[in-house]
Amino acid sequence: MESLTMDRRYLLQGLTTAGLSFCLPALSARAAQRRGWERPRSLIVLWMNGGMSQLETWDPHPGTPSGGEVKDLATTAADIRISSLMPQMAEQMHECLLLRSLTSKEGDHEAGSAFVRTGYRPEPTLKYPTLGSIIAHELPQPALEIPPYVVLTPRIPVPEGGYLGNEWNGFRVFQPGSGVSNLSANVSESRQTRRLEGLDLVSRQFTRQRGFAAGEILQQETMGRALQMMQSEQRKAFQLEEESEAIQNAYGRTEFGRGCLVARRLVETGVRAVEVMLPGFDTHISNHQGHITQCQILDPAMATLLHDLRQRDLLQSTIVLCISEFGRTPRINPAGGRDHWPGWFSCVVAGGGFREGAVIGATPSDIPSGDPPMPENPVSVPELYATILALLGVDGRKEIITPIGRPIRFVDAPPSELMLRDPGVLKTL
Amino acid sequence: MRLAHIFSIAVLVLLITAAIRTASSVNTAIGPPAVDSEIAGLDAAVARLNAWFQKRWEEEGILPAAPADELTVFRRMSLALFGAVPSLEEIRAFEQDTESGRIPRWIALMLKDPRYSDYIADRLSRSLVGVEQGPFIIFRRDRLTDWLSEQLQRDVSWSQMTRDLIAAEGLWTDHPAANFITIARMENEELDENKLAGRTVRTFLGQRIDCAQCHDHPFDEHWKQKDFDGLAAWYCQADVSFAGVSDSPLDKQKQPVVYRVTPPGKDVADARVIPPAVPFHEEWLSETGTLRRRLADWVTHPDNKRFERAIANRIWGLMFGKPLHSPVDDLPHPEGASEDALDILGQEFRRRDERLSVLISIIALSAPFQCSSESPSVTDADYRRQAESWAIFPLVRLRPEQVIGSLFQAGRVRMVNQNSHPLTRLQKLTLENDFVQEYGDAGEDELIPQTGTISQTLLKMNGRFSQELAKVDLLTGPSQILNLSADDGSIVDNAFLMCLTRRPSQEERLTFLNQLQGLHHADAAVPAKAIDQQQRAEIVEDLFWALFNSPEFSWNH
Repeated sequence: MESLTMDRRYLLQGLTTAGLSFCLPALSARAAQRRGWERPRSLIVLWMNGGMSQLETWDPHPGTPSGGEVKDLATTAADIRISSLMPQMAEQMHECLLLRSLTSKEGDHEAGSAFVRTGYRPEPTLKYPTLGSIIAHELPQPALEIPPYVVLTPRIPVPEGGYLGNEWNGFRVFQPGSGVSNLSANVSESRQTRRLEGLDLVSRQFTRQRGFAAGEILQQETMGRALQMMQSEQRKAFQLEEESEAIQNAYGRTEFGRGCLVARRLVETGVRAVEVMLPGFDTHISNHQGHITQCQILDPAMATLLHDLRQRDLLQSTIVLCISEFGRTPRINPAGGRDHWPGWFSCVVAGGGFREGAVIGATPSDIPSGDPPMPENPVSVPELYATILALLGVDGRKEIITPIGRPIRFVDAPPSELMLRDPGVLKTL
Repeated sequence: MRLAHIFSIAVLVLLITAAIRTASSVNTAIGPPAVDSEIAGLDAAVARLNAWFQKRWEEEGILPAAPADELTVFRRMSLALFGAVPSLEEIRAFEQDTESGRIPRWIALMLKDPRYSDYIADRLSRSLVGVEQGPFIIFRRDRLTDWLSEQLQRDVSWSQMTRDLIAAEGLWTDHPAANFITIARMENEELDENKLAGRTVRTFLGQRIDCAQCHDHPFDEHWKQKDFDGLAAWYCQADVSFAGVSDSPLDKQKQPVVYRVTPPGKDVADARVIPPAVPFHEEWLSETGTLRRRLADWVTHPDNKRFERAIANRIWGLMFGKPLHSPVDDLPHPEGASEDALDILGQEFRRRDERLSVLISIIALSAPFQCSSESPSVTDADYRRQAESWAIFPLVRLRPEQVIGSLFQAGRVRMVNQNSHPLTRLQKLTLENDFVQEYGDAGEDELIPQTGTISQTLLKMNGRFSQELAKVDLLTGPSQILNLSADDGSIVDNAFLMCLTRRPSQEERLTFLNQLQGLHHADAAVPAKAIDQQQRAEIVEDLFWALFNSPEFSWNH
């Protein structure tokens, strides 16, 4: 019986056979061996899919017309009280900046997600790249043998690279913690060699007369990267076997909990952007009960992630953002649910140089009639993203000429000094 | 209970038996198609288009690529019109047709095939109503697609289809064209006139004016914000209710229904009334009819060059994988410009009842479509000049539905169509949906060329789709060619024809033949080793794997 696993020697041989050895990177020390500011910087987005209620999580208004059944809780950050459904996060708020005044104009899931993922309102004529795609595009990591932007979710659609090209789409992992689909050839080494030799022969026949055109299609390069990933030691970052029972329990034995733990491992390995999705927030019915269920998943996973990153000295170089496509209405509907509310919503951002234990923005407790008023100190999504990009060392004002000939900035806003632990850092970036 | 069990097993056995019979029989129904007088009548139109390209190439000093061989052209046509490579069965029939004028005859045959109308309808519906998800949207889009397919099968004029879509009335089930309107319904159950205006101009006139919803177009002085608002106003009387789509000139208070726009930051009370208006050639508007009917007449007016150029560019895009002007729905202002290929296509299309079959035929017979994708150029710059002037067939990556359509077809000897066994069609439908979901749907931007991603490459290399379809198993194509081919050389030939629509080169044939015969490919002196049936099966599976994963399979050429 021949071994189904292939070693690096075999990979080198296979890639060379297929004329693909040019794409092998020079292997350097694992990114995980570096700590603090020296590390490559990364972003982890915890995406609350469906529209998280700010009132049951980060911005409770107990005992008010809009408050519902929620109770609040003191936190480790002075003057910040959050929902009692988030007791573990209450212990981590000294690490976090809480934004309670994000605003949007997009009230349906598709448009809201497109806006919050990209910082641009969706338009039919141009697809904007998501924040993760921009970061992966702008912060190349030559030693990385796995994709620089990973999305841990079984849901579709995958966040896209938009005008940057689909090679910057998020790399989707369907079952976090269980490895990556389609990463094994499932045939013996000798058969895989035969396959690659056959592929090489047929490919050479095709490219022989199409030299310049064939060079543009990037098929060989993509194939090389895929083959490389199949063999890389770094793919262990997708697995949890090396993690203790205790840490897995702390994150929570849920898909989202496993996703957060994999996110930490990916960042340790040098992945630039990770998104972990928690679906189930579209609580048009029984909103409070729905958020009890959701927070039981979110709270331990996010709190443990922040604690774990801090313990490993990774929080200085890693930004963690918990965000949703919009918030939910102050008014509770007859089914006990809350509907879509882009007027104001909350997010939490931590690490990477953001202020800690602070809050920006405030929202009214009464139920507005007519058009919603603006919250206090409103914050725009582009402003938040400009700040994230600045802290990661990416020039958010850089213009890219899009395929339709329009020059577009990555974000159409300047970074916010108000969000930074050290505002002076902007001058040095 | 036991009877039901026995009945189920009997039905299953019958289905499998029928499937085996279907899979292993040789279809004699396909034969050389009759000469189609209509296609023959397009000679002058094709010559006119070719003359335009020839003149351009001469003026620019460009040497066009040599003509592609006819099998390659046949593959392009099959990918464009059916979304899949041709089956071995069709290739055999095509090769048996040795009379001159084979390509025009086969174009005519393919345009009568329901696979053409179903496939092109699906492409058109994407541009008409997008790819948004949601059960109601999917049902309505499916009904609209079925309706489009029926129109294409009947060769109804594009003008007529356009008028039906813009001005449709009735229930979304009984009058599926009405779903062009119903899909624009928002969560508050009102119609989104802006969405309809944007789509109308993009799809039917080939111009992107969506940005003019908020401000004057920054790059095209012909489109102002007031133009967008004026166009949106034509849809203000459209109403979607349980009775279907209708037009309501008066509201419940018997007041005229008008279109109002609230300026940003202003209160609803400050809304301005916007009368329906068109940005140019008001004289094309009909005097009577509903607002939507009048708009439809203006859009399709015989003098409205944008209309014919827009569909010509889209069909060109579907045939080549990329449009003449990219993006497909952002064409330059047509008036005052010198005549170009889109003008010629548009005029010939107008002269022949505005049928899409005419556009498809002219494009398929044109010199650019017949060019090889192999470049005689010696420098990168030469190649780029050739590519920019369509003097070489472009390499364009197959769209997701073409990849799985081709994988599925290449894994079978017989063509997969509406006459295929129900199990085969069910399997195809299921695999297609699963594959596109996992591979990633190109959405409305499917005519923007894209490169492959690592996920897609891994899916094709190691995913269940190519594994299943390359498997030497009971009913699969690889099994049939392994067991039924005349000799080992024919196995290799057939595999290449099924996947790449060509025969192997001498080197390729020898390499794979040696594998099947246990010979060491690099050293003829090494004696052959015994190859058992299982090993032969694996060699054939690996051959299919290599062909499935080759750039030649994944890129239209």
